Amino acid sequence: MRIDVMKTYKLFINGNFPRSESGRVYEILDAKGKFLANPCNGSRKDLRESVVAARNAHSGWSGATAFNRGQVLYRVAEIMQGRIDQFVAEIVAQEGAAPAAAKIQVQSAIDTWVWYAGWCDKIDSISGSTNPVSGPFYNFSIPESLGVVAIFADSKPSLLNLVSALAPVIATGNTAILIASEKHPLCAITLAECLATSDVPAGVVNVLTGKVDQFVTWVGSHMEIDGVDATGLSKKDLVEIKELGAENLKRVHSFNEAKSTKRMISFMETKTVWHTIGI
Amino acid sequence: MNSTLLADKSEASLKRFLSTLSPVDQVGATSRVEALATRSIKTSSKNWAIDLAIRMVDLTTLEGADTPEKVRALCAKGVYPDPTDLTVPSVGAICVYNDMVKIARTALDAGGGKDIPVAAVATAFPSGRASIEVKIQDTKDAIANGASEIDMVIDRGAFLSGKLGLVFEQIEIIKGLCGDKAHLKVILETGELVTLDNVRKASYLAMLAGADFIKTSTGKVAPAATAPVVYVMLEAVRDFYKMTGTKIGVKPAGGIRTTKDAIKQLVLVNEVAGPEWLDPALFRIGASALLNDLLMQRMKMRDGYYASPNYVTLD
Amino acid sequence: MNNFEYAPAPESAALVDIKSQYGLFINGKFVAPKAGKTFTTINPANEEVLAKIAYAELADVNLAVTAARNAFTKTWSKMPGAERGKYLFRIARILQERSREFAVLETLDNGKPIRETRDTDIPLAAAHFFYHAGWADKLSYAGQGDNPKPYGVAAQIIPWNFPMLMLAWKIAPALATGNTVVLKPAETTPLTALLFAEVCQQAGLPAGVVNIVTGDGATGSHLVNHPGVDKVAFTGSTGVGKAIAKTIAGTKKSATLELGGKGANIVYDDAPIDEAVEGIVSGIFFNQGHVCCAGSRLLVQENIEDELLEKLKKRISLIRVGNPMDKNTDLGAINSSAQLARIKELADSGDIEGAQRWSPNCVLPSSGFWYPPTIFTGVSQSHRIAREEIFGPVLSVLTFRTPGEAIEKANNSPYGLSAGIWSDKGSRILWTAKQLRAGVIWANTFNKFDPASPFGGYKESGWGREGGRHGLAGYLKGDN
Repeated sequence: MRIDVMKTYKLFINGNFPRSESGRVYEILDAKGKFLANPCNGSRKDLRESVVAARNAHSGWSGATAFNRGQVLYRVAEIMQGRIDQFVAEIVAQEGAAPAAAKIQVQSAIDTWVWYAGWCDKIDSISGSTNPVSGPFYNFSIPESLGVVAIFADSKPSLLNLVSALAPVIATGNTAILIASEKHPLCAITLAECLATSDVPAGVVNVLTGKVDQFVTWVGSHMEIDGVDATGLSKKDLVEIKELGAENLKRVHSFNEAKSTKRMISFMETKTVWHTIGI
Repeated sequence: MNSTLLADKSEASLKRFLSTLSPVDQVGATSRVEALATRSIKTSSKNWAIDLAIRMVDLTTLEGADTPEKVRALCAKGVYPDPTDLTVPSVGAICVYNDMVKIARTALDAGGGKDIPVAAVATAFPSGRASIEVKIQDTKDAIANGASEIDMVIDRGAFLSGKLGLVFEQIEIIKGLCGDKAHLKVILETGELVTLDNVRKASYLAMLAGADFIKTSTGKVAPAATAPVVYVMLEAVRDFYKMTGTKIGVKPAGGIRTTKDAIKQLVLVNEVAGPEWLDPALFRIGASALLNDLLMQRMKMRDGYYASPNYVTLD
Repeated sequence: MNNFEYAPAPESAALVDIKSQYGLFINGKFVAPKAGKTFTTINPANEEVLAKIAYAELADVNLAVTAARNAFTKTWSKMPGAERGKYLFRIARILQERSREFAVLETLDNGKPIRETRDTDIPLAAAHFFYHAGWADKLSYAGQGDNPKPYGVAAQIIPWNFPMLMLAWKIAPALATGNTVVLKPAETTPLTALLFAEVCQQAGLPAGVVNIVTGDGATGSHLVNHPGVDKVAFTGSTGVGKAIAKTIAGTKKSATLELGGKGANIVYDDAPIDEAVEGIVSGIFFNQGHVCCAGSRLLVQENIEDELLEKLKKRISLIRVGNPMDKNTDLGAINSSAQLARIKELADSGDIEGAQRWSPNCVLPSSGFWYPPTIFTGVSQSHRIAREEIFGPVLSVLTFRTPGEAIEKANNSPYGLSAGIWSDKGSRILWTAKQLRAGVIWANTFNKFDPASPFGGYKESGWGREGGRHGLAGYLKGDN
């Protein structure tokens, strides 16, 4: 009778898998109430390190060509495809889903990821414009990535929600701090492993697990975080993050649909440039 | 030659200096002159401006069909623009082709216009397309006939093909002929230079070569003295003064037909080069029809009602 | 004597008929405020009272929001876009017809020169209505989904610096997208908004679609907090913007915020220098510097600093400060004594912190609120006058050595509204534009606005854009 090697679920910060600097973990149980894992209970310092990593990675990631970002994202899908069984097992265990349904979720997640990968070099074309101003000026509006975005994904379906939140944020050049669902965090870490083994530069995505309401406070008040996908937050947490976020006018959004251009455009800023035309 | 700014007289030094000049943004220059055109000049300032404009007019006839009688009539007009009102000042100069200079000088002297200079266009005006020998002779004749101002044209073909040294040299030669007998106006023909960067470069080139005045146009090519062009030239004389201590004059010519146009020019002078240039010694307007419009506006300011062309003389 | 003195050339105040007292504009009519409270609005150029204005309290705000809600539910949301658009076209045309009247009124109430209201503010305001009128029946092209819906009732609070223009920036897109509006003009500049109410009547706009409530910060607060409001649009200080963001955090309200700025005007050594001087002057002295996107920091490449400053000072000496109703005035009055005090305090900090102040000799009128055009040289990033928005005719001059340093200094701010770039080199201009974290970037020009051009800021300069296709997003609930 062979004993399985149990997996340790660590954080993903700046391309590495450290444990929480606090040393804390918390217990999660599977859908049947049995012990499942001890994911890290991320601390404020873990968040701080993630923000530093995300900020440092931003200029390189947003400065890469859109085509390049699309290629990088697509490769992640290639890796995810190879890990289907691992994702399915985690979904079955956490959500209590039937394996067939879980597989459909994973496939849908991969396809959603591919959908966003294809948007990298197209989103500007549908959200930018040249503007016919009254005067001898070339006037154009281009969308740019916002910066560092924190993501609180909804818990069920866990992988699909993760992917729908993360892919659009980074497709446009933002860097991300993904705060996993407190109840169902495992897919987030496995997804991080996919990111680590593809070509995503270190720091572009950072994944933290732990008690969401603590993160709400730390994220809300961190002045280096530019935007928040708050789809997974409770009403109370949403209010808190908006109130705290007002201090640096964080762009806080929640979304209903998995595949939506709004998820990309909401975390972009429009820059309008006027240039004289003359001899 | 205004020698302080150039290392030597070589074309290379000239080109090097001209390349250090700041570029001109056409949209920005146009925008500035449009803003200055909204200045509202009324009542006492309008009176002052009209009289000054009259004194700045280089009353001009440059037609193939010019005859002695035409020129004499023009001179009479220039001395006493309004026979019913002797408070009207005389014009700044009479401007004619060089073979009409003697007639003009005689007419002016006999008619009370001893102090009014005769300006002659020279150097194969207007095209400038002739040998240097012809240009030299043209100038000599004008001065011998009594012209105390020479309005020469630059070789635009040479300028546009990069032979800046040649353009420079020609101006120097003509300036040499003028000596202290005549002041030299150098016509850039800005309509053919087209870009404001070229206007700036040509202005400096002319000033460095010894121009006493830089002039926009021959009046035979459109566009002539547009506001952005005059603006760039006024900047040039302003900055040249700062660099060298020498004040050079500016003369827009062509297209300035109404009092409104003339006053806009004076506002430009005032706010770009500065009040010292509000003087016929440093600013002239090459025009013919303008004078009568100035007179009609002057009458309206004086009498309070609109005048009619019947009350100003044809010439 | 060469002095070309421009004789006084005043526009006539008789072009506009100012009432002695104004009511609130609610549900298509002017009504007295329930509690009967009023306040006055003055001409900041001479401190004379212009009119008595109604003070709206909660009960009045309630009435206005209710009127807007009823108009939305019963009329406006049922009206096809093409018909809504026709009302906006009517409004645009009437504004054009009455433009001189509006220009004079704006100058009297705000203190800005008649030349600016006549040539810039009012024409742009009319243009905004005309532009947005055409969007009303084309919303499926706005990029918000095939069938985007309006929010409902929009609460709109506008500042005193461009009263009529800011009204147009708010009301035109709101109405075009099918929302109804309760707008509160600034306390010191209510008059053109109240005149606009007459235009709405002349255009036959259905009652309640536009409501104007006058008052102060408390009135604005009641409006923002009203549960019957679906959307908040605010232009004003960053401080108040943040407070609004906090206040609406627990509600379903969405907000567009146009806040402060500390725009960097970057002049490279290959700039067209004379036009750059014009752009610097326009950047900080247009509208007395009361501009959120003002070029209030000059970042000049160190190797041309002396030459540029000399030209700049000469140019500033030509600025005519005085009676805003004179057509030759370039710099008008400061809008209020409170704003004047703020400008003085910040400018004085420049002296205290060691920068060098310079102003031309100006004779300032003896009554009214005035400040001469002022520049500070020797300014560092750490000086208050380099970081805080002064909102007055005061320029801070800093230098840079390399393009990278210019970018770093320009971006080193919590604001991100505007920037200017002056250079003759296209590739450098575009590189600089790419690096700057600012929502509006002007290359070889400054302070240009157009209804087709989206306007708004990064970072603490606000949320969202106004104008252009992008500006419609703030008033439409797409597939979220």
